[in-house]
Amino acid sequence: MPDNASPVRQPAPPASSNSLEREVADLIVQALNLDIAAAEIDPHAPLYGEGLGLDSIDILEIALVVSKQYGIQLRADGEENEHIFRSLRHLSDYIAAHRTK
Amino acid sequence: MAYRAGTPIPAWHFLADVTRVAAALPTGNHVLNVCSDRYRFTVGFAASLVAGKVSLLPSTHTPEVIRQLKLFAPDAFCLTDDPNCEIDLPRTRYPEAADGWLESTSLSGERQAWQVPSVETGQVAAYVFTSGSTGTPLPYKKTWGRLVRCVRDGATRLGLNTRPHTIVGTVPPQHMYGFESSVLLGLQTGGALCAERPFYPADICSTLAQAPRPRALISTPVHLRALLAAEVALPEVDLIVSATAPLPRDLARDVEKKFGACLLEIYGSTETGQIATRRTAETVEWQLWPGVTLSLRDGQAWAQGGHVEQQTAMCDVLELTQDDRFLLHGRTADLVNIAGKRSSLAYLNHQLNSIHGVVDGTFFFPDESHASSTGVTRVAAFVVAPTLEPTSLIEELRRRIDPVFLPRPLMFVDRLPRNDTGKLPQEALRELAARHLRHA
Repeated sequence: MPDNASPVRQPAPPASSNSLEREVADLIVQALNLDIAAAEIDPHAPLYGEGLGLDSIDILEIALVVSKQYGIQLRADGEENEHIFRSLRHLSDYIAAHRTK
Repeated sequence: MAYRAGTPIPAWHFLADVTRVAAALPTGNHVLNVCSDRYRFTVGFAASLVAGKVSLLPSTHTPEVIRQLKLFAPDAFCLTDDPNCEIDLPRTRYPEAADGWLESTSLSGERQAWQVPSVETGQVAAYVFTSGSTGTPLPYKKTWGRLVRCVRDGATRLGLNTRPHTIVGTVPPQHMYGFESSVLLGLQTGGALCAERPFYPADICSTLAQAPRPRALISTPVHLRALLAAEVALPEVDLIVSATAPLPRDLARDVEKKFGACLLEIYGSTETGQIATRRTAETVEWQLWPGVTLSLRDGQAWAQGGHVEQQTAMCDVLELTQDDRFLLHGRTADLVNIAGKRSSLAYLNHQLNSIHGVVDGTFFFPDESHASSTGVTRVAAFVVAPTLEPTSLIEELRRRIDPVFLPRPLMFVDRLPRNDTGKLPQEALRELAARHLRHA
């Protein structure tokens, strides 16, 4: 047994796991009845406007499913909000950090 | 006169702002006021009115629409409160007051700045635009007198003439509905306007909670559905107004119960302004504005009289039940209404076919709805465009039409099922859609 050994440091868990990301992608595709498969959504592409090309109605829809599924109420204030829909990765990270369900 | 984040803005401050902003406006006679803050929009609008300038209110601000506006009014400029605004017009940033300006104004005793300006009833206050079948937005003139008359009659209908309410709107002040039922309604009834335009249910609830009672929520079916579907505590309100698309009775009853308030629905159009109301929870019949009449000719309903500037065709199928009452049976074949935004299929098709590389194309509004929580059905499109990538076609469309009308799905086909006379029967399109979706 090594003495003076530092405890093994676990790397910080990733902000959102791949499975959460896929789950969120599935949620989006289903809620919006999109014509593409969840797996086809580029996790780094913008969600709003360009990229996935969602509009404000879609964002509202996503806000509803996110609140139902993860217990998070989206709000427009705060710096975080600018980034939430910047990509699927951003959205999943936000959900991972704030989910209450 | 207004509230921002719960902080009141008194009427004299508003009037002083109007005078100040009017002096800062450039020389052009036409203003595209895209201020998203409801207070700033109202100041900008009032300043334009006082300066004798006409406000332009198109329903969307795509590059194509801006191009058309420039043809309509070459001296148009854009008034904006967004530092990142990219609209291709000479842009004027909404001027915030310098520090100490208010104090110096009151100290120097400029009380004339605090008198309510009067405006000639015949003055053209604004032009609104609808999508024409030729692909060019059609202008409709709105004179101040008729706008005021319309809104005052509306205030009586809504019960706000004797009891001004603080107004919280989820709708933009630039849209005809928001313009009449938040901006003008506030100005004419003395009800304070909330500067915010809340979007998420949690934000709508907190803006409402901060608004002094009695308070009115001016909203749309999309947002009302979202509010009920969201798991947020709904504050009590004193009146709810809904417009832009018909509200089902069950939803109306649910909304009334959850908010503890009466819900009145407004029916109107960009061309005519608001022309009827109904208490949806209790009746399907609409009651016309005083003085407005409907006539039916060749299956087409026309509105005239009252505040309506000229005889105007209505894009919905209306059935008169009494002199001043009617039933709404749905849209005419050409009209699409998505989340409260209206366009004509002919206009959308014109835009689609104007894209370089599109050989033939048509939008298609499916009959069945895939009802989401917000109840929105999207419009689809078929296109023959062998040289185009879907993403570039969508980008081209995005330059021309409001994003809400971008097709879902966009289906590439070898040819459209036109019949011998070149028409596209709905049945054939339905079949084509079904086949495409089966193969997807």
